[in-house]
Amino acid sequence: MSDVVERTLGVLPALLGQHEPGAGPGGAGGPHRLSASSRLGSLIRNITALTSKHEEEKLIQQEITSLKAMVSAPTTSLRLMKECMVRLIYCEMLGYESSFGYIHAIKLAQQGNLLEKRVGYLAVSLFLHENHELLLLLVNTVVKDLQSTNLVEVSMALTIVSQIFPREMIPAVLPLIEDKLQHSKEIIRRKAVQALYKFYLIAPNQVQHIHDKFRKALCDRDVGVMAASLHIYLEMIKENSSGYKDLTESFVIILKQVVGGKLPIDFNYHSVPAPWLQIQLLRILGLLGKDDPRTSELMYDVLEESLRRAEINHNITYAILFECVQTIYTIYPKSELLEKAAKCIGKFVLSPQINLKYLGLKALTCVIQQDPNLALEHQMTIIECLDHPDPIIKRETLEILYRITNGHNVVVIVQKMLDYLKETKEEYAIITLAGKIAELAEKYAPNNEWFIQTMNAVFSVGGDVLYPDIPNNFLRLLAEGFDDGKEDKQLRTYAVRSYLALLEEENVFYPQKFLQVMSWVLGEYSSLATDVDPETILTRLHNLLKKTFVTSETKAWIMAAVTKIASRASFSKTVDKLIQEFSSSLDTCMRQHTFELKHLCEDKVLMKGLLPFDASCNDMVVDASLSFLDEFVAEGLGQGAAPYKPHHQRQEEKLSQEKALNFEPYGLSFASSVSSSGIAGRQSPTGLSFGSDTSGNSTEMGHKETNTLKLEGVRKLWGKEGYLPKKESKVGKEDEPQTVSCSSLLARRVAETPVSKSDQVSSLSEEEKEKQQLASTLFVGLGSNANVSLMGKVDLSTQKFKRKSKVDKAQSNEEALNMQNSAASDFGPLVDTVPITKEDCDGDKHTTLRKPSLCSSDTVGETLQSVKKPGLDDKLSDSRLSPLSLFADSNIEILQPSPSSQCENANKTVLLPSLAEELEELPHSEVAELCQSDALALYLCKVWKDDSLLLVVFVSNKNPSALNAVNVVFEKEQHFQILESPACQFPVIEAQSVGHCQKCVRMDKLCTQGVISGFVNYQSEMETHLEFSIPLSLLDFIRPMKMTTEDFGKLWLSLSNDVKQNIKMPSSQDSISAALSVLHQKLKLHIVDIIGNEGILACQLLPSVPCLLHCRTHSGMLALWFRSPCSALPDGLLYQCQKVMEES
Amino acid sequence: MINAILVFNNHGKPRLVRFYRHLAEEAQQQILRDTFHMVLRRDEHVCNFLECGSLFGSPDCKLIYRHYATLYFVFCVDSSESELGILDLIQVFVETLDKCFENVCELDLIFHMDKVHYILQEVVIGGMVLETNMNEIVAQAEAQSKLEKAEVSGSVWGLERGAQVWAQGRLGSGYHAGASVLWGGGRRELVALRVSQPAHPQGKAHRVGAPHWGVQGAASMQVLLCCQG
Repeated sequence: MSDVVERTLGVLPALLGQHEPGAGPGGAGGPHRLSASSRLGSLIRNITALTSKHEEEKLIQQEITSLKAMVSAPTTSLRLMKECMVRLIYCEMLGYESSFGYIHAIKLAQQGNLLEKRVGYLAVSLFLHENHELLLLLVNTVVKDLQSTNLVEVSMALTIVSQIFPREMIPAVLPLIEDKLQHSKEIIRRKAVQALYKFYLIAPNQVQHIHDKFRKALCDRDVGVMAASLHIYLEMIKENSSGYKDLTESFVIILKQVVGGKLPIDFNYHSVPAPWLQIQLLRILGLLGKDDPRTSELMYDVLEESLRRAEINHNITYAILFECVQTIYTIYPKSELLEKAAKCIGKFVLSPQINLKYLGLKALTCVIQQDPNLALEHQMTIIECLDHPDPIIKRETLEILYRITNGHNVVVIVQKMLDYLKETKEEYAIITLAGKIAELAEKYAPNNEWFIQTMNAVFSVGGDVLYPDIPNNFLRLLAEGFDDGKEDKQLRTYAVRSYLALLEEENVFYPQKFLQVMSWVLGEYSSLATDVDPETILTRLHNLLKKTFVTSETKAWIMAAVTKIASRASFSKTVDKLIQEFSSSLDTCMRQHTFELKHLCEDKVLMKGLLPFDASCNDMVVDASLSFLDEFVAEGLGQGAAPYKPHHQRQEEKLSQEKALNFEPYGLSFASSVSSSGIAGRQSPTGLSFGSDTSGNSTEMGHKETNTLKLEGVRKLWGKEGYLPKKESKVGKEDEPQTVSCSSLLARRVAETPVSKSDQVSSLSEEEKEKQQLASTLFVGLGSNANVSLMGKVDLSTQKFKRKSKVDKAQSNEEALNMQNSAASDFGPLVDTVPITKEDCDGDKHTTLRKPSLCSSDTVGETLQSVKKPGLDDKLSDSRLSPLSLFADSNIEILQPSPSSQCENANKTVLLPSLAEELEELPHSEVAELCQSDALALYLCKVWKDDSLLLVVFVSNKNPSALNAVNVVFEKEQHFQILESPACQFPVIEAQSVGHCQKCVRMDKLCTQGVISGFVNYQSEMETHLEFSIPLSLLDFIRPMKMTTEDFGKLWLSLSNDVKQNIKMPSSQDSISAALSVLHQKLKLHIVDIIGNEGILACQLLPSVPCLLHCRTHSGMLALWFRSPCSALPDGLLYQCQKVMEES
Repeated sequence: MINAILVFNNHGKPRLVRFYRHLAEEAQQQILRDTFHMVLRRDEHVCNFLECGSLFGSPDCKLIYRHYATLYFVFCVDSSESELGILDLIQVFVETLDKCFENVCELDLIFHMDKVHYILQEVVIGGMVLETNMNEIVAQAEAQSKLEKAEVSGSVWGLERGAQVWAQGRLGSGYHAGASVLWGGGRRELVALRVSQPAHPQGKAHRVGAPHWGVQGAASMQVLLCCQG
């Protein structure tokens, strides 16, 4: 390596010499350039010659000082400035700040000629970031350059826009960039698309209205432009794949053309046609086809084609193959393709090329849960990779093992992981691996000793880089315990003993987090180890406190432990010693703790009450409203103090007072009322509590609270750890599917027994045998040699560390209650037949019986109706049904009986359903078809009730015979929440009749457009499954909000989220009232008032998030100004307004 | 998305640093150091991918690197990029540099840092891959360097060249441009520019979507323009 440096240095002067004459023939500009370039040259030369970091620093500081002087000198020409910029860039690259030059970079971009401008732009894009205030100064330059007739300037402007641009200034350049989409040069179009992509990333709402332009870009005749638009699509589809399903075919066709070699030969790379484009397209297809059989259907062919074509042995073909495989595994599976993909993965895994091997392992990791057979197929390779010299490969292998861990192989796998953990030095690897080990240990631990020891290893190796979750979860596990008290005690005792043993060793360094864990456990549970004298434990902790490597945070933990132990011992010498020693400590925290300990020791009764044994899980009551301060506040108010106003109100008032010329539409008229009535109406928190404290009761409570609060301050140190984040529920959830997948896997493996191993083993070498053995231990849960009876054990061990979850318990209690309820009612004999297990029962009897407890009330009502009707099917007249309907009648409140319309519906032979009368009067959408099959059709009608959105789904049976067990199930969607149960069941739908169900939907997370999908399944001759999706828009959840102008003004001032935007008014409505009435009709906004060219509107997002809108017209533009307590709502509404105005 | 592109030599001296996600100066230097140490630790015959966790805040950061003689080219990407695809993109980038500098070496990168940035801008913009076609990248870079050469000479000839490049930039390559100074003096010169388009040789792909005023055969026009000296 050193000879390379020498060579480099050797060439330097020659190279510099070369360049100087190169600049020589220049005329007027020559000397400048010469001096500047040689300055950069000499700077670089000097830096290269330096030997220490310190010297470099000195040199660069010198350079920066001289640059500073030069750039700020008024005589410096732009040309010289350009050279200075390059030098500045160099300095910045080395990590030296040169913020003084930023403004000059912007100036250079503004004033320079082409070349200078280019350097200016480059410097800006390297120096600044999106939120930098100076960036605003660039906007004007960009706008000017975008309008330039010079291509190079336009291109530079587009480049800078797509690298860095202030979010709030997007409207200034957006129209210009949209124009560029029609530019004749493809490079410009491409860069314009790229710029729009950037805008989409930083402010998606701003480019929402030009989605059709993206489509145009997708269809551009230039491949480069089309490829650029794919970036946008990939991003959009990632967010909402259902909105772009219609494009699937286009993407498939494009991919087909690319794969088929229809592109110009220019696009070939190593004779592969446009490989990057293919990769991009495959990704998009994967996203589109995910869980969607119909869309996936479209792409099977082209995927197969891609797989087939990619056969040349080059990196880039493997890249395509890999992408193909991933897509195939993401989309709705097709067995032939899966087979081919599996073969491909095999090729990767077995490849001698290490990059491919890595990717193969990665692919295996992804698919192993879908297809565990693959892991078995490649088990020997996996074993080999465990000892691979490349740690990255090793890590990936461990990742595979992590995914196939079960109760049998956990010990071996965790051992392997621990080995790696001890070897590696990379922080990231340690963090993730330690987390995984902890997770596995918790889930599958075979016994207490192993669990504690594994966790000890994790803590001592992982140390302080661990996620705080891990020690927290561990402590929580110990504290909450399991269902078995004895087991808990054993585990805790074992932990205490092992920590005492660890602390016994002298001069061993433990990470802080581990020490904290130890001290907490010792503090809480040391008394469980009855044969250990508390004095010894205290001595150990005392010793720790004296160590210098212990941080003050850890010391606080240790002190807490000491306090807890001291509370249980009647008298301790060590504690006294400790108090003496630390009450004069320089560390104020330590002194504080010692002080507290000292005083607590004086009052043993208080101490005992304060620190009860094993109470870390008990809930503490904290008075969050601080009502105990009410008296204090009342006193303050009584003495004439001003009532409290929240921050934004104060600001608002200040603003409205400061303004000389008031442009705010309602500021003036309410400025005075805010200070008088506004405050009273506003209800500052103190005002509220002031009211509440008149009842003497709460003050008394408050006093009590103060006491507890103060005392709990001590506990909090460790008590805090009791409140731990979500992980618990996750673990609990994961448990079940794991076992389920295991069992199904087992079943499959049993079915197809692999080649018997014994024949092979004999012919293998010792080493091979060892590996085989390892393999058999690793893959035990997966292999065919595990049998069903082992499965039972898996279950047991899985449950070992299952946490006692209160929620679960409550739920099961509830269930039990439900059961009892149903049992208690008058049809005792039936209870036995109600299936308690979840297994699928095909018997008609069971399903009908299960219904009552599950199905939603209205369906039962319906059944009731249909049961009463004459001419019933045989099955319905079955004697069991009368108790069923009885059940429905007596136990469940029927919410929407509407018997009259029901009967009518049932009698109708025309299958287009209609709404019930009382809903008919409400605003509602047309009844639209959702999906249909031969036997049944689903229709939907949206009813916009005042307080909710009601989805009425009609299931109409087109068959001449009745349909049984029709289930309509809505899937969970993150944005929406379906009130009541997400499913709806019809035990029977009569021939040629319609059943309907209603669901109230609420928007949980704000989005402009969303979809609730679901499926319906029913039994005719066979079980049939039909999917549907219901598009919902933000507008479905917007309702007018009636209010007076005065209320509007009050509310307006209290809201803080502003969005302003100007939109063009369509020529058809040039008056404000016309424009507003459009908004009123289409968006359901309530028009509060119109004065002159201004108008105010109000609406609310259900259930009750208000949004206020102020509009003003001027010269054909409509200025919209939204305010709402919800920050995203104005954006969403703005988009809707834009759409509506464009349409009209 | 590509989070950053880092080029450094065997000693960890940065040669090209481009971040597409803004980070504070110290954080950038820290990443540079971390990356260097991570990459340096790797043996010769191991894979070119490295998972490095939350280097950029997102948990799925990967390093994809190649080692050429004295230089490491490292792309920090997130999970939305294809590993092998990026690996070949590095190859494309380096080959492009090689074409533009004629046998590129570390020194070229040091002394023409700005030019390397311009070339990179043609390949990756704002963290997204813009162009992977080597010929196209080279063509764009060359057009720019022509501009530069024209600037360097600064003479009448240079002005003429500048005008030519201007014309080519505006109208697309494949045009002949001739220019002559009509009036010069001070900082502004008036240049007459004659642009002609010879018929395109058949068979050669016409990648330039030039405006179609030049139909078939030769067309010429007179352009007057002001050049800033």
